[in-house]
Amino acid sequence: MGQKILLEHAQVPGIKTYEIYRKVGGYRSVEKALKSMTPDEVVEEVKTSGLRGRGGAGFPTGMKWSFIDKKSGKPRHLVCNADESEPGTFKDRYLMEYIPHLLIEGMITSSYALGCNLSYIYIRGEYMWVFRILETAIKEAYANGWLGKNILGSGFDLDLHVHCGAGAYICGEETALIESLEGKRGNPRIKPPFPAVSGLWANPTVVNNVESIAAVPWIVNNTGAEYAKIGIGRSTGTKLISASGHCKNPGVYEIDLGLSVDEFMNSDEYLGGMMDDRPLKALVPGGSSVPILPAHLIFKTTEGNDRLMTYESLSEGGFASGSMLGSGGFIVYNDTTCIVRNTWNFSRFYHHESCGQCSPCREGTGWMEKVLHRIEHGHGREEDIELLWDIQRKIEGNTICPLGDAAAWPVAAAIRHFRDEFEYHVRFPEKIKNRDHFVAEPFEKVKHLVAKEVV
Amino acid sequence: MEISNAKQVINITPELQARIDELLSHYPADKRKSALLPILHDVQDAHDNWLSIELQDKVAEIIGIQPIEVYEVVSFYTMYNQKPIGKFMFEFCRTSCCAVRGTEDLMEYTCSKLGVQEGEVTPDGMFQVVGVECLGACGYAPMMQLGDYYKEHLTKEKIDTIIDDCRAGKIDLHKQAITE
Repeated sequence: MGQKILLEHAQVPGIKTYEIYRKVGGYRSVEKALKSMTPDEVVEEVKTSGLRGRGGAGFPTGMKWSFIDKKSGKPRHLVCNADESEPGTFKDRYLMEYIPHLLIEGMITSSYALGCNLSYIYIRGEYMWVFRILETAIKEAYANGWLGKNILGSGFDLDLHVHCGAGAYICGEETALIESLEGKRGNPRIKPPFPAVSGLWANPTVVNNVESIAAVPWIVNNTGAEYAKIGIGRSTGTKLISASGHCKNPGVYEIDLGLSVDEFMNSDEYLGGMMDDRPLKALVPGGSSVPILPAHLIFKTTEGNDRLMTYESLSEGGFASGSMLGSGGFIVYNDTTCIVRNTWNFSRFYHHESCGQCSPCREGTGWMEKVLHRIEHGHGREEDIELLWDIQRKIEGNTICPLGDAAAWPVAAAIRHFRDEFEYHVRFPEKIKNRDHFVAEPFEKVKHLVAKEVV
Repeated sequence: MEISNAKQVINITPELQARIDELLSHYPADKRKSALLPILHDVQDAHDNWLSIELQDKVAEIIGIQPIEVYEVVSFYTMYNQKPIGKFMFEFCRTSCCAVRGTEDLMEYTCSKLGVQEGEVTPDGMFQVVGVECLGACGYAPMMQLGDYYKEHLTKEKIDTIIDDCRAGKIDLHKQAITE
């Protein structure tokens, strides 16, 4: 049984309300920080904890905090990135919906550490009812003296507001999010300058994921050293994993980093194995943008070690044999899944969500979608697979923000690990056209083709 | 989404104006434009869920920005509608996690039950079925968004009930009670 840091009180009846949240020990970290710690001491605790950004990039949070420009004399801002839009990822919503005050407590403590007097939670527009839950919780926090002027008589002032987006995946990228918060289209900015120097309204700004900020109260209450004891190596602490697809028990789980993928996938405490006991075909461990892994690379590394739920173990071997922990969006696919159709689905998503600012992404994502569409619908050409490979290579690394990479990697990984399936689509178009996608039967290629014949 | 020439009655009620003022107060006085997205949500909700050009002009006037600044935002974000939509818009998530759990089948079922193609509005203006990209409810697939709320773990039977509830006036798109 893993430790519960974030979800410890998630199932307590009435935990959404200030009264109950306070009863279970809520807002203690604010009291501790404001009454007995300097802002720098809070930053040091977060550094000691080894907490890494839980939005997907995994950058050390304490280090990110230390970059904020304190010398400019400009107002500073903390912005919580709650624009959770990565396919496969729905953990932040769970946290905000069930324990809204935990995020607010984290925002106050973190804002104190960073010297911010005006902070925002940017939430995706589709989560409108969660927006209202947060608005209600913020009003309660104001009413009880945790927000506003001179909090706890410490001299620290903080205004906190929740701001809703309006349906754009790109606004999960921190500079696009800032543009959107300024009331503009969500076009990412060129970096540098980084937000820590010039962010919201050109002021120094830190953008952190919901889960990262929600971990701060525990770290302040229990010390960073205690947090660092959980997990393995540089993957410290706990992590929320959102599981979906063909597993028996989809949902949000809090795990200690270092749990084996096998245990997470197959033990009854977590996913309970495959839905309907069908064979596992492939898995995306960290949200749609990370490379898909075939079954034989999921539980063991190429060295033969257990693959663990850590930043390092999941990426072992680079993209040739590994993937990424990413945002923890764990998508499970059984043997009925058509990889080409799934890759087309991901490509359609990225094409739809590209802001259109950079040509390689704007044109490339649409091109990939088109090619994948024709392959999937039985009109593919022999050269299409090489064409796809070529397009994804031309997108990767050639855009202002990582959406281009996110669009390219799933296509590259699908071709790398499931090339025979693409070949099958091209060679047997009539069979592809006449499939019934609503019948749960294994993808037919295994009956007709072995990998050797198609390479 | 295409722009509509349909006319819209602009009605900024005192309640809506009070809400707009509250949203504007969340940002520094010289950064009123930052309130644009949240204000557009509330204005759209109060105007049959779409934003005509005239209404966008009105929002620009209220905030004190140029109309083009509103147009470019409305045309960028998918949640703002530039033409009238069905009163009950069933927005089915069709991205991978929902797709592998049966979204296509359910959309087909819903369209056929309502007698429309994807994207069309029923002749009585009540319903519309559209496919949208990931809604962040992957573990509760298949699902759809209806107004401000999510309907998850959908089955054909659940869809039947939702349609009946819509027809019976039992569904409020923006004011569902927030319960424990």
